[in-house]
This record gives sequence, structure tokens and C-alpha cells, in this order.
Amino acid sequence: MWNNKRREDEFTPKAVPTPPIAPEPKKEGLPLSTAPIKAPEHETSRGAASIGKSVTIKGQIFSREDLIVDGEIEGAIELNEHRLTVGPNGRVRAGVKAREIVVLGTIDGNVEALDKIDIRKDAKLVGDIKTARIIIEDGAYFKGSIDIVKNETPKPTAPRPQAAAAGSATSPQPAPVSANAVK
Amino acid sequence: MQSQSGLPELPNGGRAVGGPPSERILKPEDFVSRHSNGLDQFFSYIKGESGLSILDLAGVNQANVSFITNLGHKIYSEDFLRGLRVGANGDAQPRVDAFLSQNLNHREGSFDGVLAWDVLEYLGAPLLTATVERLARIVKPGSYLFAVFQAQEKAESVPQYSFRIKDSKTLLVADRGHRKPEQVFNNRSLEKLFHGFESLKFFLARDKLREVIVRR
Repeated sequence: MWNNKRREDEFTPKAVPTPPIAPEPKKEGLPLSTAPIKAPEHETSRGAASIGKSVTIKGQIFSREDLIVDGEIEGAIELNEHRLTVGPNGRVRAGVKAREIVVLGTIDGNVEALDKIDIRKDAKLVGDIKTARIIIEDGAYFKGSIDIVKNETPKPTAPRPQAAAAGSATSPQPAPVSANAVK
Repeated sequence: MQSQSGLPELPNGGRAVGGPPSERILKPEDFVSRHSNGLDQFFSYIKGESGLSILDLAGVNQANVSFITNLGHKIYSEDFLRGLRVGANGDAQPRVDAFLSQNLNHREGSFDGVLAWDVLEYLGAPLLTATVERLARIVKPGSYLFAVFQAQEKAESVPQYSFRIKDSKTLLVADRGHRKPEQVFNNRSLEKLFHGFESLKFFLARDKLREVIVRR
């Protein structure tokens, strides 16, 4: 009876196994498909290029990855498929074009965000905005125009209505496809 | 806590100070819903149209941007109140030419409508006159301007408001504090102020705010 009872001070904790180290993500080669691959949302911050707060660039920047700007840029910035983040210390005096733009610092220039622009509360943006969606936090300063341009997916064209026969209307029959048709 | 007008007061009653309202960030609970006949009239005038360019003089907020752009219009934001804070530079009022070049520098006939809210009340007489003249030039003939003025002609201090559009007939209004008015307005003085416009329509509400629709 006493041997079976285990007091707390006699309890020896089991060694906690260390969690296995997550294996490095397998790097894939270039995909064979030519369709653009969109990275999941949580991965967009990883692998972003960044311009630190002590860096000043005058010129044009073209990027094929997400970009974080905490320094000064003067000129033009273009990231058609990616996200631009202007950090709290970032000062951009440039025209900007990106898929998505997040502003915590300052932009002085016209801005085109194909998907969305997000202006945070201490941000300052002077310029015209063209975007599909906009989020503006209270406290943000903005001067300029906002033009919402929805990205519409092309709709399939409706079949042309045929001249109605007397008493009935029928939809056009699809052309028959032979078994030997080449795709 | 609400005032007799039904609009919110600051818990401490506020203190009358001169100049434009504070920059404190407002919370959703600061806002009170208020029916607006003037706003209803403004949007009824532009109903059925799209692609218009609407000038908002009180700075940007999500509610107003979403409402205007969801109607299919473009919104242009100016922040007069910030312009007054920055341009005044320690003086009571900024220089007229500098203020207008910074805050209303637009070509003639640029806009199809103006949402002035209550910002015109913060302008001293010379700046106010010059601003209204400039507004008359930069809006298209036949377009409308919506403005709000205090109806209390003898008040030592008046509330300063932030306006958000809830729908075409309803505003969300928050009190930012109290201030001494730059000048008091009555119907006669407003008619004189907007003499360069074609017509003026007043909407007086129980909360002591006078809404004005002005047609260019």
C-alpha cells in the first residue's frame, strides 16, 4: 500500500522530449506550368526584400518579390504581383504600383494598388490612389483622390438569342464532336 | 452622457478653446446616429449618376470613402482642419494665399459636389470669404455643396464634430470637444456668404445644427 503511493517529492519528472526540428522546406525547381503561382498570405512576409532606414535610393525600383521600405526612395516603385510595405520610418517620394500596398510611413506620389491599399493610423499619403479596395485607419492623413477600380473577372459571353420560332423558343444545340477529334 | 441636443458631450463637459478640433482618435462608441435632411437632399440631387468627383473638406475616414466610392463616385480628400493647424504656425489663422494654395489648389470646374461638413466655421472672416469664392470656382455649375453650421448665435463655446456617413440620410456624429466659434452665423449671414452661388436651402434641426445645401 505504501509502496504504491507516490508522494509528490518522490516524483521524478520525465524528461520532456525536445520537439523535432522542422525540416527545411523543400526547395522546388521552376514549375513547368506558365500560370503564375500565388504564394499563400502567411508566406508573403517571408522572403521579402527590404530597404533599411539608413538607406536612400534615387531611381526606379522594379521588384519581383515583396518589398519592405524603411528608408527613403525617390523615383518610382513597381511590384506588379507583390506587396509593398512602407514601414513607419519609410519615406517614399515616388509613383508606386503594386498588387498590394501597406502604408505605415509616408508616400508622396500617385499610387496604384491592383488589389488593396491599407493606410495605417500614423501614415501620411499625398497623391492620387487607384485601387480595387482601400482600408484607412482613423488617424491616417490622406490628401488626394480615391478611384475604386474593381477587378472584374471576364464573364463567359451569353449565347446569341436565335429568332424565336412560332410558339416556342429553343436554345441552340452544340455542334457534335466526333470521337476522333484532336484536343 | 448626452447634451440636451441629443449629441454626445465629453465626460468633463469640455473646455472652450479656440482653433480647430483635437486630433484624438475617436472610438465607435463616441458616435451617435443622427438623421440628416441636408445629406438626404445632397444625395438625392446626385442620385442616378455615377463617376462624379466629390470633394470632402474634413479629411478622410473609412465610412465616407466607402459610401461615396460604393455609389460609383470618386472622392477627393482635403483636410482643412489639419491645414489650419499646420498653416497657422502659432498665429490664430494662416495666411489666406498660403492656405488656399495648400488646401484648395484645384482647376476650375473640378468637382461635382462638395461635402464641407462644419469646417467652414473654423475659418476667420477673410479666409472664409476667400475659401467660399474659391469653392465657387472649382465646382461645376449646377453642383451642390453641403455644409453644417452651429445654430446657436450667442454661444461662448460650441461643440466640434466629426461626421461619418452611415447612409444617404443618416450621419454618425462624434463630439471632439468645445471651442469658441470664429464667428456666428444666421440665415442672413449665410446668404451673404454664399452670394456667388445660385441658391441656398436651410435645414434647421433640434440639435442646434443648421444644415445648408448650396447650389452653384
